[in-house]
Amino acid sequence: MSSTTKVQGFSTESGSRRADRVRLLAQPVAVLVIVGLVLLWAFTRSNDSIEAESIQASVLLAKTWEHVLITVVVAAIVVGIGVPLGMVLTRSWAKPVAPIFIGIANIGQAAPALGVLVLFFLWTEWDGLWAAALPIAFYSLLPVLRNTIVGIQSVDPALVDAGRGIGMSSRGVLFRIEAPLAVPLILAGLRTSLVLAVGTATLAFFVNGGGLGELVDTGYKLNRVSVLVVGAVLAVGLALLIDWIGALLEEYLGPKGLS
Amino acid sequence: MAETVSGAEIQLENVTKRYPGTGEPAVKDFNMTIPAGKIVIFVGPSGCGKTTTMRMINRLIEPTSGTITIGGEDTLKLNADALRRKVGYAIQQAGLFPHFTVAQNIAVVPGLLDWEKKKIGDRVDEMMDLVGLDPSVYRDRFPRQLSGGQQQRVGVARALAADPPVLLMDEPFGAVDPITRGNLQDELLRLQLELRKTIVFVTHDFDEAVKLGDKIAVLGDQSTIQQFDTPEAILANPANDMVAGFVGAGASLKQLTLLRVRDVNYHDNALTVVAPDSSPAELRKQMSEQGKTYALVLDARRRPQRWVHVRDLSTASSLATVGRPVGDNVSTQSTLQDALEAILSEGGNAVVTGSRGEYVGTIDIETVTNTIQQLRDEHDAGSAAS
Repeated sequence: MSSTTKVQGFSTESGSRRADRVRLLAQPVAVLVIVGLVLLWAFTRSNDSIEAESIQASVLLAKTWEHVLITVVVAAIVVGIGVPLGMVLTRSWAKPVAPIFIGIANIGQAAPALGVLVLFFLWTEWDGLWAAALPIAFYSLLPVLRNTIVGIQSVDPALVDAGRGIGMSSRGVLFRIEAPLAVPLILAGLRTSLVLAVGTATLAFFVNGGGLGELVDTGYKLNRVSVLVVGAVLAVGLALLIDWIGALLEEYLGPKGLS
Repeated sequence: MAETVSGAEIQLENVTKRYPGTGEPAVKDFNMTIPAGKIVIFVGPSGCGKTTTMRMINRLIEPTSGTITIGGEDTLKLNADALRRKVGYAIQQAGLFPHFTVAQNIAVVPGLLDWEKKKIGDRVDEMMDLVGLDPSVYRDRFPRQLSGGQQQRVGVARALAADPPVLLMDEPFGAVDPITRGNLQDELLRLQLELRKTIVFVTHDFDEAVKLGDKIAVLGDQSTIQQFDTPEAILANPANDMVAGFVGAGASLKQLTLLRVRDVNYHDNALTVVAPDSSPAELRKQMSEQGKTYALVLDARRRPQRWVHVRDLSTASSLATVGRPVGDNVSTQSTLQDALEAILSEGGNAVVTGSRGEYVGTIDIETVTNTIQQLRDEHDAGSAAS
């Protein structure tokens, strides 16, 4: 078992635990302050009619909601496919095909997100939420898939042997020993995937998926800097908040007893 | 399920394991009967196939051919997972699940066997008491919060939790310090007195094998049995050069750890005198009558106090201060190794005491060498006859 080639996992650890704690508190505060200031500026300046059409609470909320929705759907797809697939690919009988799936996921991430999005649109001729969520999910699948595999492979083989030796079935060992011990790495992968997804969701407007990218696009095309800035700042703020939620999950969802 | 199952006999017949793509089998035509309720040690150099042989008993490795029965039941006909739930398994560094508490680790097999929750809880506490861990303190700890020795105890408790008749132990004490290892070995022997399981124990440490084994199987390449006998017999008469090499230097010294003073013919003819009841002059008279140059002075409760040479007596005023004090003494429970140590430090003769510390005799180096010689002769005669 230990002879299998180990794939390197993604890690979002910054090294010091103390620094992590500070970041856990400071990150959301900084985001709220910056977004608040930008919104205050946008709403108090004198907007012309084109700007006013975009810079109003209902529009900003709707676009933000669309953006969050895409991200949540992508996260669900990524976890729903990446974790089970990763678990299956670590079984001894699946070893020969594992590199194929890793290869496909690698292609998904290496290809430009916009290209994947547009090709998928041309191929299916769908538009809207799913036309955006599916290709973005493909694009951000790799971290979860790969970290699931690495997480399970890095479980001490002696524990698997002990589990089998006292009479657990191989399924029992997978679900009770290997998977729980892989959770910290899976969560680190999910956080990376989420960050990729929330960033890429700004491209969803190309296929009528909505999201904050639409504000950026409007501001750019109609030459209204304030709309562009509001869209961009909201997208960045949202990305940082999602990353923060990922950090919270890593901090509190890992198995007990490991440190 | 709660009845105490004593061990079951394990029988291996023509067991062979051949890995695909290798010429020679890893285990070749292995035959052995492991008696119920005994500790049998597989000992041999690394890579000899001893672990492979053991792992075929619970089918962590499937034999290529041959049959293995436990208590008469063919293991190859059982579901492998069900089989393993009836065979305790303890490994090096315990193999505890780090995200399970101590109690959860011990409860795994009873859980797999669908015991009731209440019964599992009681059993966990019982097992923790058995291996000397206070349940109220350690039940909810995680393995990482325990010392190596404590983890190993939990490993043994987990292996025994469902009261399996057979226990397989793969170098279970290999990764702990020598003192803890000694304690764990003593405890295993104590447990075994109570439980009488059939234990197959793999180690590469021959001293551990001598200490724990009812019988030792010295295994060579491909798990071929070089010798399968009691520790005494193997030490006294190694079957071949390979066994002799494995026994190593000091076989006679190791034998001394297996024998107790009560098992040998120590002397009980020393001249003794009880101090308050006698005087130097009286003792001197006795000594010249019996032609002895040394006497042993005892106190009122017949505990040895001092050695007296006859020439010490001419100037002595009281028996309480004459001669030199008795240093090391040995009890009838001591091993011959302890006795030899005492003999050497006392200068030729050590006093043997009984259970209350009273004088029962003396032992000298000749007694020890005669005993070893006698054992050799017996085992030589035995192997010549067979």
